[in-house]
Amino acid sequence: MAQSAPVDSRPSHLKGLDYSVLQQCMHCGLCLPTCPTYDATKTERHSPRGRISLMRAIADDRLEVTRVFADEMYFCLGCLACMTACPAGVNYAELFEHARAEVEETRLLSSPRRNLIRLIAIRWLFMDLQRLELVGRLIRLYQELGLQGLLRRSGLLRLLPKRLQELEALTPKIQPRFTADLVGQVTPALGPRKYRVAFLSGCAQDLIFSDINRDTVEVLARNGCEVFTPHDQHCCGSLHAHNGEWELAKILARKQIDQFPPEEFDAIISNAGGCGSHLKHYEKILKDDLKYRDRARLWDRKLKDIHEWIAAIGLHPPHTGHPMTVTYHESCHLAHGQKIVQQPRDLLRMIPNLRLVELAESSWCCGSAGIYNLVQPEMADQLLHRKLGHIRSTGACTVASANPGCLLQLINGARKEGLALRVVHPVTMLAEAYRQEGCPG
Amino acid sequence: MPLTQEITNRLKQIVGSGNVLTNREDLIPYSFDGTAALQCMPDCIVFARSTEEVAAVLRLANTASLPVVTRGSGTGLSGGSVPCPDGLVLCLTKMGRILEVDKANLTLLAEAGATTQAISDAALQAGLFYPPDPGSMKISTIGGNVAENSGGLRGLKYGVTRNYVMGLEVVLADGETVWTGNKCVKDVAGYTLRDLFIGSEGTLGVITKVLLKLIPVPPARQTLLAVFSQMDQAAQTVSDIIAAQIIPCTLEFLDRTTIKCVEDFAKVGLPLDCEALLLMETDGHPAAVQEEASRMAEIARENGSTDVRIARDQAEATRLSTARRSAFSALARLSPTTILEDATVPRSELATMIRFVQATALKYQLRIGTFGHMGDGNLHPTFLTDERNKDEMHRVEQAFEAIFAEALRLGGTITGEHGIGLSKKSFLPKAVGDAQMRVMRELRHALDPKGILNPGKMFD
Ligand SMILES: Cc1cc2nc3c(=O)[nH]c(=O)nc-3n(C[C@H](O)[C@H](O)[C@H](O)COP(=O)(O)OP(=O)(O)OC[C@H]3O[C@@H](n4cnc5c(N)ncnc54)[C@H](O)[C@@H]3O)c2cc1C
Ligand code: SF4
Ligand code: SF4
Repeated sequence: MAQSAPVDSRPSHLKGLDYSVLQQCMHCGLCLPTCPTYDATKTERHSPRGRISLMRAIADDRLEVTRVFADEMYFCLGCLACMTACPAGVNYAELFEHARAEVEETRLLSSPRRNLIRLIAIRWLFMDLQRLELVGRLIRLYQELGLQGLLRRSGLLRLLPKRLQELEALTPKIQPRFTADLVGQVTPALGPRKYRVAFLSGCAQDLIFSDINRDTVEVLARNGCEVFTPHDQHCCGSLHAHNGEWELAKILARKQIDQFPPEEFDAIISNAGGCGSHLKHYEKILKDDLKYRDRARLWDRKLKDIHEWIAAIGLHPPHTGHPMTVTYHESCHLAHGQKIVQQPRDLLRMIPNLRLVELAESSWCCGSAGIYNLVQPEMADQLLHRKLGHIRSTGACTVASANPGCLLQLINGARKEGLALRVVHPVTMLAEAYRQEGCPG
Repeated sequence: MPLTQEITNRLKQIVGSGNVLTNREDLIPYSFDGTAALQCMPDCIVFARSTEEVAAVLRLANTASLPVVTRGSGTGLSGGSVPCPDGLVLCLTKMGRILEVDKANLTLLAEAGATTQAISDAALQAGLFYPPDPGSMKISTIGGNVAENSGGLRGLKYGVTRNYVMGLEVVLADGETVWTGNKCVKDVAGYTLRDLFIGSEGTLGVITKVLLKLIPVPPARQTLLAVFSQMDQAAQTVSDIIAAQIIPCTLEFLDRTTIKCVEDFAKVGLPLDCEALLLMETDGHPAAVQEEASRMAEIARENGSTDVRIARDQAEATRLSTARRSAFSALARLSPTTILEDATVPRSELATMIRFVQATALKYQLRIGTFGHMGDGNLHPTFLTDERNKDEMHRVEQAFEAIFAEALRLGGTITGEHGIGLSKKSFLPKAVGDAQMRVMRELRHALDPKGILNPGKMFD
């Protein structure tokens, strides 16, 4: 009866997974204390070990994909802290993506509202970033014309259901100019060109944090990189993969590879922890695509997080910087997904006069987790509150973090709790130090 | 008696409906513990939040003759908290408060669901030290530690959980609550019932509070890593260190396979081109630490150690022992199923035992990784197998029988710290003999006449 692994023709399903991935978990429980949802509930179903046991039960036909299971897969933050903790090397990320894909296919969670949101966000907005940009422009108009402030003051918003009011309060400030207005298609290296890199400007990042993109390109140029930043970029597909939309994720991966032929660059740079974590696994996504598979492998090798790349090529240290105390919050997908822990800290420490204080539980999820804060507000708020408490006790007035979701979450949290806190990307701190130095000599 | 709707409702009245789980999706994650290849579906999970709730649940279960499996964090390695058929699981993870650190009497009082780590941290915060540190300490509960009498990496010098338990609050099978022990260093009033519950594996009562002894933090410590090209050289080193009357706090052993897995996970710079490593730690007065460390290094070299490294600072020492704690789980990288054993021998027999384990793996054509608390004579030969491969699983069983027989022949035991539970039940009579079996049965019957507490575990 050896090798009785159940088979399923659909590779996106739990049953289609190589059984050894499911079997890898030896249920030792060492991941439990690092899982935010277990920590909050002390209940195994909300733990990595428990979730894996449910996935395995489905693969073994001991459980059907039920509504409870479906909800559980969306109660999981996908923060991957369990992967860092697991000595047995369990690939939770892969299990999790398969489980969500299976949930989506069964349509158990389908409701008119959820379907509409998913249709708009995942299938429409994030499949074509020009649409996203258009929406961004509309919201910007709403904000610039003072309509938002007017509405907020008028009390009219109070007529909305509570959840919508909260959502309105979360609408991020759209940048006056997007990346394309700030960064040229090709930015030459400052000084001799040592590398040729491509830069992925992201989606949320582009609308809300285009200044971080500008800073990233500046930092790259300052360190001898010629930077290629085309204006009509695509979404990396991480939103789709994490929400069970495998086919769409594949389409987007192919578009990326077409736009940035990996053989033409020394590196392809991402500055958002969440995107980078997904972008580094195109080979896995396109493994059945004979035409793209080999290039996807090369792509994965070329893909670098900005901190990782700068550390690898040797950062040109700035000579001056404002005195300040900074703490560092780790994006889950940078720390647990990409295992990039030391480089952002090293980068910050290179800035003169900057004192880095360690944050307690620095790699504990802040509750942003993709769109988690929109769908699981209660758990997300709990995590945010815990995070802000730790930030407060560092005494730092600035917190650095390298993912747009985290930045937004922290900005909103600080506002809500009345905390005077500057929330910034580490690269911005570096760019500011360079600027203070004046023209490079 | 199976669980009825009426009983479920009464349980909900006792602990609140959110603390009674009966959904299939909630039960599956409680159908196993840390032990490989053992599982059983429970009928119901109950979370108690106080001693009173535990007592009320037991009264109800006893009246209804309902099996109760007490569970901490489910990291046990002998199937102790695997559910019984038609039974409920009483889970104590929501009773995790540290109630008191008494700096005048050097004691700590905690609820049974507090993690070992939380206890260790709370002690350190008060400038004190709780030595027992099982590999699972990040998550194992103190109740589970007491119920298994768990050891750890520091057992050699500091002993095991038993040596730190001063008092226990226990709820008996019929729901009555007893306190046994106190903050006094000496107490001979009657039988020391406290000791009876230590290592009782959830069969004699439910531990709800634990009063622990703390000690001063040793002022200095030194961590060494000795590298060997043969496994029995490492074993001989341990025997020689003990014979030289040196009692360091830690002498941990890792073989080649384990070293590779641990390094893959923890990336602490372990040497990969050797057959065995000894992680040695001494603590205490700075001068004594210096002296002991250099004598241990000497003995290691005399036994052929090719290199003895000294941890640069406390951070590196902590990284090394944390890495060692991951050994068992890290071995799971190599195969679908990892089954470890817990054979323990007198320390003079370590080299013989290590050679026997190697020969047994060869004889039964099994892949094996061995690590363990060598200073305690406690080895964890771990078979790397696949539970779906029936033929290989059969050979694993044969190999274990051979190893147990050898351990007993050398004057050792079948389990040093993981307990009997389900997995070693059949070996117990041979290890302890008829007379002890009879006394244990009578004791258990006296405390739990209806046999509701963890039935089927340890012995029938
Ligand atoms: C990676 C790993 C490393 C380990 N390293 C070590 C080690 O170094 N040394 C060692 O000794 N063990 C070790 N273990 C085994 C295990 O962690 C210990 O036995 C631990 O004490 C179990 O604690 P738990 O809270 O998980 O208890 P559980 O597994 O939930 O329960 C264990 C037993 O205790 C009973 N029990 C639990 N709580 C109570 C209570 N409050 N009252 C009465 N009975 C109770 C249960 O019924 C069961 O029989 C390790 C396990 C793992 C997975
Ligand atoms: S996921 Fe890893 S750490 Fe968690 S229980 Fe499974 S094997 Fe252990
Ligand atoms: S991804 Fe995060 S929330 Fe989900 S199981 Fe792992 S640690 Fe828990």
